[in-house]
Amino acid sequence: MSFILIVEQVLNGLQFGVMLFLMAAGLTLIFGVMGLINLAHGSLYMVGAFAAAAVAGWTGSFLLALLAALMAAALAGAIIEMVVIRRLYATDHLDQVLATFALILVFSEGTRWVFGSFPLFLDIPDYLSGPVTLPGGIQYPLYRLTLIVVGLLVGLGLWALIERTRLGIQIRAGENDREMIAALGVDISKLYTLVFALGAALAGLAGALVGAIQSVQVGMGEPVLILAFVVIVIGGIGSIKGAFIGALLVGLTDTLGGIFLPELFKLVMSPAAATSFGSSLASIGIYLLMAAVLIWRPTGLFGARA
Amino acid sequence: MISERMLNLTVIGGLLAVALAALVLDQPFTITLATRVAILSLAAVGLNIALGLGGLVSFGHAAFFGIGGYAMGILAYHAQTYTPLDLGLFTVAGTKSMPVIWLVAMVLSALAALLIGLLALRTSGVYFIMITLAFAQMFYYFTLSWSAYGGEDGLSIYIRNGFPGLNTLVPIQFFGICFVILCAALYLFHRLEHAPFGLALGSARQAPMRVETVGLSPMRLRLVAFVLSGAITGLAGALFADLNRFVSPTMFSWHMSGELIVLIILGGVARLIGPVIGAVLFVVLEHYLGGMTEFWKIWLGVILLLIVLFARGGVAGLLSPRKVGHD
Amino acid sequence: MTEPILETRGLTKSFGALVAGDDISIDLRKGEIHAIIGPNGAGKSTLIQMICGGLKPDAGQVRLMGRDVTGDSTASRARAGLGRTFQISALAMENSVLQNAMLGAMGALDHPWRFWRPVLARSDLRDRAEACLDRAGLLELRSRRVADLSHGERRQLELAVALTLQPRAFVMDEPMAGLGAGGSARMTEVLDALRAEAPILLVEHDMDAVFALADRISVLVYGRVIATGSVGEIRANAAVREAYLGEDA
Repeated sequence: MSFILIVEQVLNGLQFGVMLFLMAAGLTLIFGVMGLINLAHGSLYMVGAFAAAAVAGWTGSFLLALLAALMAAALAGAIIEMVVIRRLYATDHLDQVLATFALILVFSEGTRWVFGSFPLFLDIPDYLSGPVTLPGGIQYPLYRLTLIVVGLLVGLGLWALIERTRLGIQIRAGENDREMIAALGVDISKLYTLVFALGAALAGLAGALVGAIQSVQVGMGEPVLILAFVVIVIGGIGSIKGAFIGALLVGLTDTLGGIFLPELFKLVMSPAAATSFGSSLASIGIYLLMAAVLIWRPTGLFGARA
Repeated sequence: MISERMLNLTVIGGLLAVALAALVLDQPFTITLATRVAILSLAAVGLNIALGLGGLVSFGHAAFFGIGGYAMGILAYHAQTYTPLDLGLFTVAGTKSMPVIWLVAMVLSALAALLIGLLALRTSGVYFIMITLAFAQMFYYFTLSWSAYGGEDGLSIYIRNGFPGLNTLVPIQFFGICFVILCAALYLFHRLEHAPFGLALGSARQAPMRVETVGLSPMRLRLVAFVLSGAITGLAGALFADLNRFVSPTMFSWHMSGELIVLIILGGVARLIGPVIGAVLFVVLEHYLGGMTEFWKIWLGVILLLIVLFARGGVAGLLSPRKVGHD
Repeated sequence: MTEPILETRGLTKSFGALVAGDDISIDLRKGEIHAIIGPNGAGKSTLIQMICGGLKPDAGQVRLMGRDVTGDSTASRARAGLGRTFQISALAMENSVLQNAMLGAMGALDHPWRFWRPVLARSDLRDRAEACLDRAGLLELRSRRVADLSHGERRQLELAVALTLQPRAFVMDEPMAGLGAGGSARMTEVLDALRAEAPILLVEHDMDAVFALADRISVLVYGRVIATGSVGEIRANAAVREAYLGEDA
């Protein structure tokens, strides 16, 4: 177990974490502002990845592919918000869960219909491929490092948007008092569509970025969606800061647990048993983390106190 | 418009009649479909205790369904390989006896429901949904990496487990077992709903503050409901695994959890017969739409959307409307 | 002097910079109606919540029959004899009037861990529930769904459910709110008779009712009790007049 391996794994954990953050930020924003639980958020991730793969295949440009991912996901988000989601704001969570579950079925099977069941591939562009040498002589893939940077930049941008802009003021007001912002003359249904599309765009971006290191296939958004839920439970609903901290915690726990737990158990049991037990335990590590947070703080690290 | 009692009898009688007609017409596959309906109904009746009576939107009931399935799979696997099951401190022999398997399945799923409930019921609303979903996913990933019992590939059981005095390999006999258990579960649901526990639980759903101010604890009521609910869904999982003679991590998948909720909504929430109507519709859609197009779930999604947006009472609500308080 | 039935000692609660309860010490003695009045935002709801267990005070004590119950849950305070009615009805809307009352009887007489026999077949619970519905004037409507009741009838049901508990002390949050003149008069009569059974801590905006019923009145302003006394004393109190004329005119 070398220092280099540890650094590599920490970076992998961060990379995974910031991508989870892109998902979780949109979800938590949508919940905070509209009070809506959106299971179909993973579908928007998938839409982003497919749009990117299709446009990259067509034009060969990775940047255009990313742009397409953002636009396709935002557009899909705006459309489902206007057609379905806005009818759900006033209903209970059961209806929201069911309707958005129904949307997943429509999106997943619809995508399978159009693109088939075989995974598509999205290539990393030449200028981002290959390793880069970090201080200390550590070689790390440039693309993954780029993902970390992009994720952090988007996080920073989101923070600036919410804290520093007029739209951000409206969003924060919407979290606290709907009637107030309606009284201030803000068009609330337009605001909701915008917030939903923003969340969707973030998910679509994550899908496209991750799609280049994994395969682009139907259902790819679902495991990520559930991890994003874990992130939100840990961070606290409605809190962007909570989503950020939670995402990094989940990313690091998941990545590091898979590497270090088997090693840890080798100290006390046979290598074969340690590998099997350690990797089983690592597969549920983040859920144990979530359980611990729930015992300690049922409303999450940064959630509103009951 | 028919009375609720009439609707209940028609649906249950209809399910039995289909199976018997299939027996006479020598259509074993139809009997298997009817068995599938009975088992999925049972799983959803279990969920309906938590969801319908208690108002607990559990998006993680696949956890209990899967635990029931794996209880069956593991016990039968050790019986068919003649290897003892090592529990650390002691070992036990596997078994091919359904009653023993059912008992183990129910106890284990009840235990899991107790632990998940203790954590998830500290919260409510969206948190509860996300937490139950996450814990079910935990079991999914655990079994996926549990190579001792097949990991991703799951476990196949060569011969269906036995029930004293019956030949479970004969489709109609296995259907009979599942049908009787379903009827027992429906009767239990009916008794629960009208018993003091049901009144307290239903009140805790509608007015938790009121329940507290008469000296009862909503949290404990919900926990007991969740455990009962998990045990019944676990039993259904054991039967489902026996029907397919196969268990795999997909029993834990979140689509399973979602589909169980869908069954209840298709049929009608908190209605005794809702889950059965939902299961009939689901299996019929799966079979016939699935026969026509590979992408039948698009249409399931569309139907579901229409029901959520426009027909809140589900099919039971359309056939036998009942006033439900809204405010 | 005997121990008061219900007592708060130095209850304090703040939400950030807002002080909703500031060293509140009041008591409720056997046989009396003690009214709490005060302008909107004076902290009356906060006080009720601290007494009944919905909110944990930052400092101070709630004592029921001489026992400190500050750390107890709402449910265990109810079991210890605290009967509460809500300002905004907290009733099971889909259930019948009788079922709502029987829930109270179940809380008082039995436990909910019975899973088999129908609750409506339990004559002991049913008798208690029907007797209380009768006292609240609702017996005729026992099989009506709560969602179909009028606002005033729901207030009557609130009272009936509290009665089923046979509490040692009542805490009532604006029982007159939204009742017409006739309804208020009837409710006043019922409460008047009730004080002999168990004392009532009455939070109420309807001053006619308060002046007609109260043995003592405490005035809450900005989370502080600025005066406690008989109806006459409070009417004459300069600080009270100022608080009311200044804030709530």
